[in-house]
Amino acid sequence: MPRLLAVLLVAFVLPVSAKEAAPAAADPVLEKRVMALSEELRCLVCQNQTLAESNAPLAEDLRNQLREKMREGKSDKEVVDFLVERYGDFVLYRPPLKGTTVLLWFGPLLLLATGFAVLMRRLQRRRAAGGPGVSDAERKRAAELLAGGER
Amino acid sequence: MTRFAIPVAIFVALLVLLGVGLKLDPREVPSPLIGKPAPHFELPQLHEAAKTFSERDMLGKVWVLNVWASWCVSCREEHPVLLDLAASGAVPVYGLNYKDKREDGLAWLKGMGDPYKVSIFDFDGRVGIDYGVYGVPETYVIDKKGVIRYKRIGPLTPEIVKSTLLPLVNELDRA
Repeated sequence: MPRLLAVLLVAFVLPVSAKEAAPAAADPVLEKRVMALSEELRCLVCQNQTLAESNAPLAEDLRNQLREKMREGKSDKEVVDFLVERYGDFVLYRPPLKGTTVLLWFGPLLLLATGFAVLMRRLQRRRAAGGPGVSDAERKRAAELLAGGER
Repeated sequence: MTRFAIPVAIFVALLVLLGVGLKLDPREVPSPLIGKPAPHFELPQLHEAAKTFSERDMLGKVWVLNVWASWCVSCREEHPVLLDLAASGAVPVYGLNYKDKREDGLAWLKGMGDPYKVSIFDFDGRVGIDYGVYGVPETYVIDKKGVIRYKRIGPLTPEIVKSTLLPLVNELDRA
């Protein structure tokens, strides 16, 4: 039985993986660079996918362009700049830090800080007010209850 | 009463923010190409493959470049608007036939009418990438110096032509 399984695995799995790996085999280092970089870039057709994941024809074209530029000896930065020139910062999954993106980068931190400040102020005010007050009448009743004076 | 004033104010502000967000179209990515020279191309024409056309041929004129394809559904919707614009003679319209088959492109123009002075044939979509095309149809207005002044992603509508495109063309023509 294990032997049959092995034969089946070899028969069905190997040819498939061999076929998928074909383009990578051409130049595995380059292919790795292309995939690594396209993980960082947004596909403009299906905007919540990266260029690496997307099967849209445009994503395929752009991956080919990345590959070609890299083959020409361009650095990752030059290739990314090439795309930003055409499609804007929107293609980057990690937008650059600049005037228009300050709020994007620090907005969540600002919200957190504001929330924390509000919380601290509330707590302080409550402490200043002397905590939850217990009136004399309540104290007396509590003492009665503890003494078991009332059912 | 004043106890609730601040939370209610925050809630209303959030509501307004989200409301505005709903109206924005995430597909409309601001193009970094506006205000920049139109990328250079030299491509064969759709009708006559032996002849080429380049954006440099249009220097000194205000013109419209419309990216289209026979496989593009919204182009069908846009087509009458382009035919009207071309017929009005307000501005010359040129076409970029994007990732199409030549015979399909020609058949489309034959069947639906041809608004373009010339259509160029971008089979592998390379010029499309240079122009930052990602959602056909797209339309560019290019001024006399060859600078991109306007880009529309998605189909042109009669309203856009009337309220945005034509006023811009008039202004650029006078410049």
